[in-house]
Formats: sequence, structure tokens, C-alpha cells
Amino acid sequence: MKLELRGITKTFGGFVANDAIDLVVEPGEIHSLLGENGAGKSTLMNVLYGLYRPDGGQIVIDGTPVTFSDPGDAMDAGIGMVHQHFMLVPVFTVAENMVLGNEPTKGGLLDLAAARKLVRDISARFGFDLDPDALVEDLPVGAQQRVEIIKALSRRAEVLVLDEPTAVLTPHETDELMEIMRQLRDEGTSIVFITHKLREVKAVSDRITVIRRGKVVGEADPSADQAELASLMVGRQVSLAQDKVAATPGEIALQVTDLRVSDAAGTRTLDGVSFEVRHGEVLAIAGVQGNGQTELTEALLGLQETVHGSAKLEGQELVGRTTKQVLDAGVGFVPEDRTHDALVADFSVAENLVLDQHDRAPFGSALAMKLRTIRENAERLIPEFDIRTESAVSAVSTLSGGNQQKVVMARALHRKLALLIASQPTRGVDVGSIEFLHRRILDERDKGTPVVIVSTELDEVTQLADRIAVMYRGKILGIVPGDEDRDVLGLMMAGYSVEAAREAVAAGARTTDSQLADEGEIV
Amino acid sequence: MSTAPHVVADDSPVEKAFTDVRPTSWWHLPATTTVMGLLALVVFGLRGIPGVDSAYVVVHESDLNPFGLIPERIVVSSMGGAIALSVIALLASAALWVLHARSARPSARARLTLIAVFAVAWILAFMTWVISQRTLDVTTLLQGTIVLAVPLAFGALSGVLSERSGVINIAIEGQLLFGAFGATLVGSITGSVWIGLVAAPIVAMFMGALLAMFAVGYHVQQIIVGVVLNVLAIGLTSFFFGSVMSDNPGLFNAPMRLPTLRIPVLADIPLVGAALFEQNILVYLMWIIVAGLTVALFRTRWGLRVRAVGEHPKAADTVGIAVNLTRWKNVLLGSAVAGLGGATLTIGTGVAFGEEMSAGKGYIALAAMILGRYHPVGALLAALTFAFADSLQLRLGTMSAAEGGVSIPGDFLLMLPYIVALFAVAGVVGRVRVPAADGQPYIKQ
Amino acid sequence: MSTLEAAESGSAPGVGAGSSDTPPPPSESAETALARTLQKIARGDLLVVVMSFVFAFLIGSVLIVIANQEVRGTLSYFFARPTDALSAIWQSVTQAYGAMFRGAIFDIPGYTRAAESVREAGGSGTYVLLPALSAGFRPLTETLTVATPLIIASAGMAVSFRAGLFNIGGTGQLIAGAMAAGYVGFTFELPIVVHLLACLIAGVLAGGVWGGIAGFLKARFGANEVISTIMLNWIATYLLFFALKTSAFTGVNQSQPTSPSVGDNAVLPLLLGSGFRLHAGLFLAAGAAVLLWWLMSRSTIGFHFRAVGSNPRAAQVAGISPARTSFLVLAVAGALVGLAGAVHVLGTEQRLTEGVAGSLGFDAITVALLGRSGPVGIVLAGLLFAGLSTGGRFMESNQGVPLDLVQVIQVLVVLFIAAPPLVRTLIGLRRIDHPGAAARVRGARRPRTGAEKVAVTSGAPGAAGTATSGGPPDPHATDDTDPSSLEGPTPAADSSEDRTDAQEEER
Repeated sequence: MKLELRGITKTFGGFVANDAIDLVVEPGEIHSLLGENGAGKSTLMNVLYGLYRPDGGQIVIDGTPVTFSDPGDAMDAGIGMVHQHFMLVPVFTVAENMVLGNEPTKGGLLDLAAARKLVRDISARFGFDLDPDALVEDLPVGAQQRVEIIKALSRRAEVLVLDEPTAVLTPHETDELMEIMRQLRDEGTSIVFITHKLREVKAVSDRITVIRRGKVVGEADPSADQAELASLMVGRQVSLAQDKVAATPGEIALQVTDLRVSDAAGTRTLDGVSFEVRHGEVLAIAGVQGNGQTELTEALLGLQETVHGSAKLEGQELVGRTTKQVLDAGVGFVPEDRTHDALVADFSVAENLVLDQHDRAPFGSALAMKLRTIRENAERLIPEFDIRTESAVSAVSTLSGGNQQKVVMARALHRKLALLIASQPTRGVDVGSIEFLHRRILDERDKGTPVVIVSTELDEVTQLADRIAVMYRGKILGIVPGDEDRDVLGLMMAGYSVEAAREAVAAGARTTDSQLADEGEIV
Repeated sequence: MSTAPHVVADDSPVEKAFTDVRPTSWWHLPATTTVMGLLALVVFGLRGIPGVDSAYVVVHESDLNPFGLIPERIVVSSMGGAIALSVIALLASAALWVLHARSARPSARARLTLIAVFAVAWILAFMTWVISQRTLDVTTLLQGTIVLAVPLAFGALSGVLSERSGVINIAIEGQLLFGAFGATLVGSITGSVWIGLVAAPIVAMFMGALLAMFAVGYHVQQIIVGVVLNVLAIGLTSFFFGSVMSDNPGLFNAPMRLPTLRIPVLADIPLVGAALFEQNILVYLMWIIVAGLTVALFRTRWGLRVRAVGEHPKAADTVGIAVNLTRWKNVLLGSAVAGLGGATLTIGTGVAFGEEMSAGKGYIALAAMILGRYHPVGALLAALTFAFADSLQLRLGTMSAAEGGVSIPGDFLLMLPYIVALFAVAGVVGRVRVPAADGQPYIKQ
Repeated sequence: MSTLEAAESGSAPGVGAGSSDTPPPPSESAETALARTLQKIARGDLLVVVMSFVFAFLIGSVLIVIANQEVRGTLSYFFARPTDALSAIWQSVTQAYGAMFRGAIFDIPGYTRAAESVREAGGSGTYVLLPALSAGFRPLTETLTVATPLIIASAGMAVSFRAGLFNIGGTGQLIAGAMAAGYVGFTFELPIVVHLLACLIAGVLAGGVWGGIAGFLKARFGANEVISTIMLNWIATYLLFFALKTSAFTGVNQSQPTSPSVGDNAVLPLLLGSGFRLHAGLFLAAGAAVLLWWLMSRSTIGFHFRAVGSNPRAAQVAGISPARTSFLVLAVAGALVGLAGAVHVLGTEQRLTEGVAGSLGFDAITVALLGRSGPVGIVLAGLLFAGLSTGGRFMESNQGVPLDLVQVIQVLVVLFIAAPPLVRTLIGLRRIDHPGAAARVRGARRPRTGAEKVAVTSGAPGAAGTATSGGPPDPHATDDTDPSSLEGPTPAADSSEDRTDAQEEER
């Protein structure tokens, strides 16, 4: 099936998300759509999938123009999609999710036996090992993604759209996914692969289309130079390698010993974690999302209910304190999800900048707040952190993601810190802001502040870390130097101990992208 | 490369690594039962009236009772009976402590059994105390329970239907009221109680349509719509009651009653015969709808889609399920069911329509739905429980004329369902899993 | 547990339109406020409000017509002499609404009658005017009397709405306040001023406790406040029924479920002499509005309320305890509603009856919604609703139209205002919603923090634009965006990333 998008335009209000985009996907090719966060990739695919109605342009399949008014039409036309946020009902089983919308019935009732058989048949084809009766919410993310893939395939998708599929995967799972993509391509399925990661694009694509600010800015083939692709995507020259001065670690500042966390149901989410952080060093916590990193930072901040063990900051115990006491002890915190955990969307920039300091001098008292001081504080921090906002009283939700992140960062950094904890400090942020935010973190380190960074992005981890702790299922598998081999880190993220990972890599367990790196294809 | 160890991802479900850590709320249930048990022991037992008896009438003369196997009356010493029953309740509560102390995750079945034992013993202790020196007809009590449960059950099912699809339904009260109103109005005008019965769900669907229009169509905050619609329902029905109906009650508001359908033989079973087999059609409909809805929700294509819409509407949309249409249909269907419940209040019991006659039953139904964990059967059980309290209060009300004995104000028994609901939302009976998208409007681009 | 979890964290609920506004954040200049008002009028918000009233009254007219026996009589020969029916319809509607005006604001016949009687007695000039005007404006004073507890209770409701909590427990909190104030009022004999203060404080405390129970259950067990406040309403109602059967509350006459009158020292002083019911509670109502303003825009605790209401998780991360805050919110809201109950008993009713709360608890919710939980808004909306109900009472006695009509009209107004797209559709104003307009409007509305917080329409900021079905989507919902979660009352966790991605693009 040949798929063509001709001049697709989609506007939201006054904002043009897709501006006359043309895209041709030939049968049996892996076509990568490369662009920064927010370049308009997903909008385009949602138009293709019938979730959005385009304001202009047409979709042509095998030479015939078609219109999709809902995803059902798109599926009927042979388009399948694996969404970035899985479209699976967590409380349903794999089989139920598979057949939803297309249910086999027998005598008026659901025929779950047929659904189970369908799951087994398709999983067998790809060597998956999915239990049809497992609840989706109990599956690891990698497996959930495979459910999404077979769900699309069970509806005989001829064009499969994968929207940022690797964001939740370990490097080796990514490799497996690429293998599946190749297998599908060889069977004749076309694949549209949406990503902002250059390594992956180069590893798997047959053709690459680069999108920037809602427009197609170029096409390339996988042999293209990485730096060239990067500058095409970002729109200017970018330095891919950060220059980082080596740390000069001092005394131990934070000593975490046997920290354990249980959730309300009594399930242990953090299991005996110990590490220490020195003054003037960055300890990065790496790992696939959901392996206890959130619980670790929240336990340090007093945000978790049931915490055992000890975390001493300069000899002061943090466990058992309220969040407010921890903040008062000089801990600066950047939560992993700024919209959800850090910012009050309809509060002004000024209010958000003092969210954790509003009831103490100089910003206010227990009774009332000092609006003038709060405004002056904002007027000082806005230029210092290069926050692009109309004014200090604009609602923080009117800011772009990068600038929102700067607000969160400014809030954490504007006072003297005893410890900085930053989770996903640059998630969903454009390249320019990433550089700026990384610079601020390293500056803070160089001032002598101990820094804990939590990141699921290996690139970020290797750029910032002086030491790296890898977490897996609530445990720290090992702490390695900041310049550890990426493949070793990747294997550790999949549950290998340091030694096992190093052995496996020595024996040749390399990921595609590190092989490419060896060949000088990517940096 | 070929020699490289292959790293395979693991697709098996992540096993929930249960640890020795208990859920933080583990002590709520045993502690509550213990306190209640001690209360029963002291108030119902030790501080009861000494030397008097409590009598239960179990079998009526006309009932099937081969060879008089079952005694017609069971008479126990009020104080002794209450003490014995309280002790049983306390034992059950002690067993709950043991159960929880032994394992961090006791089996649900053992837990439920103990809770049931506790509840039955506690209630019997209470009854034995409260009817000291008097006689309670259990058959009538149970029959009353079923009758009173019907509007609650239908209301709760209305809630289940709409909330399973993701629309919060606070407007049950209004739907009940409209059902009651419609049944009488149409029944009176046409002179046929059966047409009134058909009209009740249709009239109640007007409330459902308004809820769906504002909640699903215009994305107005659903709790607000529900609360406001209840006020609207009271206002509209009271307005017509005060004008049209009172102008000509014979034509517009005549008391009518659905005939009682007695199933021969079965209705003569002692204790439960009359309750189960000597009722009007609405009661039988309630059993049928509960069973039908349970199968439909959990075993059919329709049910799978409805639940998907209530859990993850976007996922449902991406597989071609019309989310808002599903919600519209479910809210309408739910309001129709609640309309039947409303009909119970008028043509089901043979009274004319009265102002605000639903009197908070819609809110009890809401509580029953939550207590029943959004499941038709659970909702029915909760409705029966609440109705039992109401029925008991009515029976005690008729008895209080008798001399002596314990008198407890009916107001407290009327309050009981609400107090139970309060405990229920506080999580004493365990957490309830709410449909994930409940209350969130679905907006398509 | 939170059965209605979605709604409860209904952070940042947008709002349809509104007649009145809270004062703009102090930092904003008057010009921007003016500009915004102009923009709103241009966009049709004011029109929506006006038309909401028009439609509500139109539907009310239909009801009046249906209820009128004469009209029904003329309808039977409608095709023979349609003019009869039409004039009967016109008569019934205008007379009913005329009576409503007369009963709510100015009694023209009363004015004329008073003037004539004075003239007959030989008076003239101001001797005529004063008694005549006092007769004429008597309904208005009555409206103010009714508005007094309504405004205070709405202020309580507004506190909880602004904090993102759906306090449906007005009735219960009102009853608690009324019972406590009444009990202190008729049981004890205290010196002047002291007695009144004691009663008011008792009312405030009782209401605070009653709201605080729901707050405690939410803070400690996560119990959803919608359900628990509803249940507490009924518990309070039956508690009142029970109390009025005990001698402690009924005094000597135990057969009647009414309490004795409160002591003379406990009564709120009358403002216009014994001929009018207007009492000093009016000042308390004004005070409640001012308190609401200070609390929500100046105080630290109000900052906590708003932060937790908008994003409880972010507030928690910033060291504000959502549990403690939601307890405080409901306690403060309950205290204000309890004060309303006290004022109602000590000023207007002066005794406890089974129906002492009436529909005040629910009316306060609608008033707070209509007034968008702002201090000016609730005062205006409170006066309006009070006028409707005093007018309605007169209409009932004068024209035989049941008072319930007023309730219907009030509810319809709230429903229409909550769904501006519906009103626009009805008046054929849909084209106003072209994308550009929505985007502009949205930009203009965005910076306001508090005023939009009443949860009339759900949806994240910008719902006003997007709520129009088929209308323009949220301009921020662009790339990689999950519109459902963006628009839902709870910004779902997983959408955050995309949301910012999308916004990135805008820069």
C-alpha cells in the first residue's frame, strides 16, 4: 500500500501545527519522521489516523483520495498506530484489549476463547511471549508496547505508525523493536517511525523526512551525516558533545542507607537503596522509567507515606520529616513532571516562583503574603534565568515547556542549597533550553552543591554525571563511573549486574547504535 | 555478533512483590468491628432490660410448615440473647484481628465470611435488645425490606450504568422523582396503571437527557450538573404538584397501585416466601435487570465497550468506539431504570405523588452504588442493607406504642444509611476502584 | 476512594460566562480589567448572561401558562377564538412576573395606597413621600433580609469551590450552625451583646465542625467530599428532627417540633425599626464578602487553598499539605455556612423549626456558581436570587403561581450560563467561535488566577473556547498532544509532557 499525504495543514486556533506537509510512504519501507519535541509530528499522524480533522490537504492511498472521520475509517483503510501513550485499558486483559472494538461473539456473549487464540497466534509469529489473560496494568511497558503492536497487526494494518516508541524502552528493548520493525517491513508492511533520536533514525530507517515548526524541511537517507541531520532538525548548528569540566568532589554531603519505601497496598517500591553524594559532584540515577526513581526522590523529599531506612544530609536525618522541613533544610527539588508536580498552571509566574517559599520571609508570613516582594523576586529571576514570558503576572501555563522548566529550575536554584535533586530536568524541552538547563546544573555543582539527577535518557546521564547509579525494580544494581560504556549501562537498565553487563559486552552484546558509533556513523 | 548473548525482554506480568509490610489501613476494619462489638455488648447486652423476653414471629399460619417443623415464635431472653450475640460478634472481630495478624494479606473469602458473621450477629443483637418485651414479625420485616430496596436498587443501577461509562450521576434523586411523577401523571390521565408504568422511565429519561446534554455534550462539570438537576427536578415536580395536580387531583394525581403478583406455593415458604414471591412486577423486574445487567456489563461486547469508554475513552476512540454516543446511551438507559425505581414510590406502593417524595432516596442509591463497587450485584446488596434499616425503623415505629421496652428514635435509624455511607466512603470497607475516566468529559478535536 | 476522583482534583476548572467578576488581581491595572470586560462583551459573554436569563424566564412563562387554569380553559376552544387564549396567556404571564417584581423590589400599589391614606389624613410633601416610599420599598428590604444568610452561605461555598472542593454540604452545615446558635440563644440568659456574640460563635463553630468532619474524612481517609457532605446533610437533617423531639430543644411544649424563641439579647438588632424584618446580619453579609476577598487574594492560607485547588500535587511538592489544606477548606467553608445558619435563626426566623434550612443550602451553591465564587459576584447573585424568591413568594400568594417556579428559573439560569455554547446556538451566535476569536479570548482570559476557578464548566483552562462542540480546539493542544486529558478536569499525568512539547512549538 502506498500512502501519500498531500499538503496537510492543521491549525489550532491561530497556531499552525502542520503547514502544507507532503509525505510519501512507499510500500514496505521504514520511513522515519524526525523532528524536535513539538515540531508537529504527532499532529500529522493524528490527522492520518482520523483523530484530528485536517484544515487542508488530502490523504491518498494507492492513488485514491480518502477522508477519515474517525480512527475506525483509518483502521479500515489499513492504517494502524502505536501511540506514544498506549491506548490500552489498564484494567482489561491483553485479550480484551486486543479485540476491543472488533469483538468476536458467540451466542451474543463475548468469545474470549477466540480472543485468546488471536493473541497467541500473532505473538507466536513474532516470538512474543504474551499471556492473553494478564491484566495490561501488570505488564512491563515493553510488553504493553508489544500488545499495542499486535493490536494494530490484528486489524491487518498495512501502514503501521509508531509514535515515539522507544521513549519507554531500554537500549536492548529498542534493538528488539527495531528487529520487529525490519521483520514487518520484510513482510510488506510499511512503517512510519516517529522519533527525535538521531541514533535510532540512522539505525533503522530506509528514508528520513525531517520536520521543523510544522513544515517539512528536508529529506535524507540514513547515510546522512548525523550533525547535518541534527542541524536540519533544530534549525541551527548544535554541538552534540557538551564540554564538561571534571568534578572536584569534596566531603560526603548526602548519605542514604538502606532506604525502603512501600506503597499504600504494602508493595515495596524501593528496596534497600544505599548511596552517597559528595559536595560538588553529580550523581545520576539512570534506569527505565518506573523502576523506583520517583519513589527515591519522593522519599528524600518527604512525599512518600511509608519510608524506612535513613537519608542523612550533613548529618541531619531527612526520613520522617515533612516536605516543608526538607525544603527548609536547603533541598532544592525539580520534580520529574513539571505540569503535574511542580507548577500550578493558572498561577502567575511570580506565584509559581515562590510556591515553596511564599509563607516565610521575605515573601510573606503565616497570615498574609507580601505581593510586592513576590513580584520583585520574579522581576529579578525572569532575566537571570532567561524566562520568556510576557510579564511576571502571566499565568505560567502560557509559557512554553522549556520556559516552564526554567521557572521550576529558578525556583529550586534561587536560594542557597544544601542539596539539589532534579528529576528529568530537560524532559520535553527544546535543544536550546537543554543546553541552558544543563549549564545551570553544572554551575550549581561547581559551587560545591551536591547534585542528584534522575534521568531516563542515557544521553543526559552521560552528559551530566560524575557517577551513575542504575536502578532496576526498586534496587540500585550498581554505581559506575560517569564515563561507563553505554552498552553496559543499557544492560544494567535491563536488570544485569555491573559484572554481568561488562562480561556480556566484552562477549559482544552490542546494541545497533553503539556499533554504528564504532563505525563512526554517529557520535 | 552471532556469538553475542541474546538479551530478551521479559513479557511476563511484573509480579507484585508483596512484602511483610501491611497496607497502612489494615487496622481500620478490625478496630471498627471491635469498637462496635463492645458497644453492642455494653448497650444491648449488659445495660439491657433484665428479665424480659424478645419474641420473633417466624412462621405464619398459612405458610408451608410441614409437620410444624419450624416453631411459629422464637422467644429469647432479651438480655441473655443480646449478650450471646454480642459475644459472637466480638469473636468474629477477634478472628479478624488474628487473621490480619497472621498474614499481611489475608484471603478475601475468610475476611468476607467473618465480616458477614459479625454483621449478622451484631444486627441480631441490636434487634433482640430493641424489641425487648415485644414481638417482631420477621416475615413482614423482610417483605418491607424488599419493597423499600426497589427504588434504591434501581437508582443505584442508574448510577452503575452511567458511571461505568464515565459520567458521574448525582442526579439519581431527580430521576427517581421524575419517574414517580411521570408514573402517576400518565397513569392518572390514561386511567391505566400499566401505561403509567411504561411512562415512568420515559419521563425520567428527560432528566437523563438533560444530564447527558450538559455533561457529555457541553462538558459542564458533572457534579454540578447533577446537583443542579436535582434541584430542577424538585422545582418542576413541585410546581406541577402545586398547580396542575392540586387543581384536579382526580384527573392528574390519583393514587393507583400495581397489582401484586403472587406466585402460588413459593409465596408460602416461611420467612422469605412473601418477600420474594408476593410482590408487584417492579420487584421481579429488579431481579431481572440486576442479573441482565451483570451479564451484559461483563460478558458482552456492549459491556466491554461501555467499560472501555469509562476507563480510557481515548483508547476506545482509537478503536472506533463512539465515546460520547456510548455515554449518551448509557445515561439515558440509566435514567430510564431510575424511572422504574421512581414508579415504585407511587404506583408501586399505591400512593399519589407528593412533593419531594423521593426524600433523599437518590442519594442513598448513590451511596449504595459506591458501596456496591459499581457492580450491579453489589449495588443490589447495598440497597437491600439500607432498605433493611428503613424497614426495621418502620416496624419499630409501629411497635413503640406498646408499653415498656427500649425506645430508640426512628430518626436515628433513618440516619443509619447515611452514616454507613459515610464510613463506606472513608474506606472502612476497603478501597473502591472508580472507573478511571469517571467525570471527565471527552472532547474530540 | 474518591468515587469522583476526576472531579475532585478538578483543577483549574474553567467557566462559561458570568455577569459579575471578582476584582482583578491587585497587580493588574484597571485598564486591563476594563479591556477584558470590553473584550468579554464583544465576545458575547454578557450577551450569554442576559440571554440565559431571558431563556430561563421564557421557560418559566411556559410553566406559568401550563399551570394557569383559565388559560387551559381558553385553550379548549383555541381554534374557535384564539384571541381569548392568547390574551389569557399574556395576562397570566405578565401578571405573574409583575407580581414577582412587585414582591421583590418596589410595591407600586402599596406606595400609592400609603400615599393616598396619608393624603386623606391631610398630609402632603415629605409627609406623603416617606411613608409611601417605605411602603413601596418594603419588598426590597425583604429581599435584602432574604439575601443576608444567602450571601454569607455562598461565601462559604465560594471558599470551597475556589479550593477545588465540591462542598455540597451547605444544608448540613447550615443546620449545624442554626441548631447551635438557636440552642445557645434560647437556653441561656446572657447580657446584651455577649449573648449575640456567643450565639454567632456557636453557629460558626458548629458549622466549622460539621464541614470539618467531611474535611477530616477527606484528609485522613481520602473520602470524597461530594459524597460525605451529601451524607452529612441528611445526618444533620435527621439530627435536627430528633432534637426537636427532645425537651432540650422544644422547651415545655414538647408536642410541637419547634423551639422557643431565642432570647431578646440574642436577636440580631433590626435596622429599620419593628416594621421591617431587615436586621444587622446585613453587615455580616458584607463582612463575609470582604473576608472572602481577603482570604482568597491576600492571605497565605488562601494561597494554599487556591494552590491545592488548582494542582494539589504541585502544592504538596512545594510543602503545602493537601490533606491539611482540604480539612481547613471545609472547616472554613463550614464555619461561614454555619454563620449563615446562625444569622438566619437569630435574625429572620428567631426559632428552630424542622424546615429551618429550607433550600438555603442548595441555593447557596447556585449563588456561588452564578457569582463565580468572587466576592462581588456572590453579592450580586445573592441579591438577585433573594429578589426572585421574595418576589416568588408574593407571586404565589397574589397570583397562585407556585413558588417552585422561582427555583426552576434559578436553576435554568445556572444551567444556561454553564453552557454558553448552548445559549449561542439558541440565539444563532455560533459564528463568534471562529478559531481566531477563541485564541484571542483565551489569551486574554489566561492570566486571571482566581476568578475563573468556580467549576461551572469543566475542562482545563480554555474550556470556554473548546467547549463549543465542533468549535476550535485548544491552541495548545497541538503536537504530540492528547486532547482528552488536556481538556478533562484532571490534567492527566501523561499529557504533561506533550503539552509542553506543544507549547514549545508556539515559541
